Amino acid sequence: MTAPSRYHQITGEVVSIPPRFPAPRAWWLLFAGALALLALWVVAVAVLLVRGPGVWGNNIPVGWGFPIIGYVWWLGIGHAGTLISSMLLLLSRSWRNSLNRFAEAMTLFAVVCAGLLPILHLGRPWYFYWMAPYPNTMGVWPQFRSPLAWDFFAVVVYLVVSVAFWYVGIIPDLASARDRATKRRWQFFFGLLALGWRGAGSHWLRWRQAYRLTAALAIPLVALVTASYALLFAGGPVHGWNSTIFPAYFLVGAVFSGFAVVGILAVVIRSLLGLRDLITPLHFDRIGKLLLATGLMTLYGYLADAFTALYGGGYELETLHDRVGGAYAWSFWGAVVLNFVPLQFMWRRRFRTSPIVLALVGVSVAAGMWLERYMLVVTGLFRDWTGSSTGLFHATFWDWALFAGFIGVFATGMLLFVRLLPVVSAFEIKREIGESGG
Amino acid sequence: MAERTCPYAVLAEFDAPRALVEGAGTLRGDGWRIETFSPFPLDGLGDAIGFSDRAVPVAVLVGAVLGAALIFAIQAGANLDYPLDVGGRPLVTVPGFLLVTLECGILGAVLAGIGTMLARNGLPRLHHPLFNAERFSLASDDRFFLAILVDGDADRAHDARAALWRCGAVDVVDVGEQLVA
Repeated sequence: MTAPSRYHQITGEVVSIPPRFPAPRAWWLLFAGALALLALWVVAVAVLLVRGPGVWGNNIPVGWGFPIIGYVWWLGIGHAGTLISSMLLLLSRSWRNSLNRFAEAMTLFAVVCAGLLPILHLGRPWYFYWMAPYPNTMGVWPQFRSPLAWDFFAVVVYLVVSVAFWYVGIIPDLASARDRATKRRWQFFFGLLALGWRGAGSHWLRWRQAYRLTAALAIPLVALVTASYALLFAGGPVHGWNSTIFPAYFLVGAVFSGFAVVGILAVVIRSLLGLRDLITPLHFDRIGKLLLATGLMTLYGYLADAFTALYGGGYELETLHDRVGGAYAWSFWGAVVLNFVPLQFMWRRRFRTSPIVLALVGVSVAAGMWLERYMLVVTGLFRDWTGSSTGLFHATFWDWALFAGFIGVFATGMLLFVRLLPVVSAFEIKREIGESGG
Repeated sequence: MAERTCPYAVLAEFDAPRALVEGAGTLRGDGWRIETFSPFPLDGLGDAIGFSDRAVPVAVLVGAVLGAALIFAIQAGANLDYPLDVGGRPLVTVPGFLLVTLECGILGAVLAGIGTMLARNGLPRLHHPLFNAERFSLASDDRFFLAILVDGDADRAHDARAALWRCGAVDVVDVGEQLVA
């Protein structure tokens, strides 16, 4: 096929999705499910606001519970979207172009979920803006020497940078969608969003400068954000948390869970939209390899963490005992099994390229990483330094309702993105064809 | 007496990126004011159109420094304004401030870089005379365009059309008729 008609085919394939959606029935079914979960989220938040955090299982000594477990889990999922997009862009790995757009959208909605959780956890969420340093009549400031203040900046900066990176990357495709749109409402929608982009040469060159620099800055930002919330754990004198390996351990675990979700989304989006020649077995193969690599790094983190406890002894060792054989041993062994046992399928190319296997391993890892966050938060807190502050944590109905509700928040956002915007970076795929002799 | 009109620009269509880049280089060498339009960023285009704008990288650097300096000053200022002695530790605790400082440095860099990119590109600008050209919408699909801006000079428009055809254009049209006094 000649290059121009191949360009045209890709434009058509990607940009025509919103106006002529290929799978309206499946989309509506999924969207109805997502809206039901979103409704549950609204109810769970309303109950929380009216009755307070007492509706949750959180209590002293386990004051963190589901909101912080969820916060770390969602933020971790988000990191893979940034890394897959920016690192592979700078390394000129062209297969990224089929994945980066929806992986970045995944980041956005995951960060929205992650940002809302600590706010809801505040107890009086309507005062969340007290975390920002602004001149106020009370004459007080956030405590910048505390990791809690670092967290606020980490999430806000990460959200803004993720939105900016994603939006700058989608502008040229929005212009393409605008130029293809035939119905007035789509012309209007894409016309406004595309900002009048017309593909001028000097515009492209400045765009490339801005896009690549943003990508280069997003990579250290991911490390800074994981460091912020890892130090939130490691900074305090809590056994099981007070460890300098946490920033690195959290980073690989975060990326591991994120690649798992990228794998799930790649399979779902490919079959929902019929993008079989844009998201190919090659992409599944690469995601599978990344999953395997980051999974093994996470396993190393587990081993290093256990070794530190064995080497250090004392309370650290007691926490390790609690993890492997105590009241929450199910969360530790659940994490180990779900994270690392199905992962072993990824050694074989045959399984990596199978969408169903990749999606199932992805679900297993996402669940396993959630259990890991549960294990870390709860086993660190439920037995404190003194025997008097020992208390088991039991999640309540409203804990689970909010957990499920946040999946609804994420799924609603992702489904609207898939329905309304170009899900694959068409112009970057065209550029790749052009470079290879178009 | 019939009114005389002259185009704002002469727009040539190419069907391959290489022809566009080569044509742009040649025409710029001949002293024409040109602009290219393509569905994706083209390699070698910077040299062809003589692009040497460093505003975006400079803005990124300035934004990074300003963002980091501002938040560091806020952190130090907040601690000095409301001093809390935590175990005798210093009020201005540089290692403790670094994460937020670096994060806000990145925020400043990204916002400055993208803001400068949009501003220097003159975006958002929802309408442009070139959008009136019938086939210009293909510039975001599979066609490559080269415009010579003639600024209402009818003689130059005539020469521009000839120059564009010589570059191997598959089509040449006038865009944006304007009345000539």
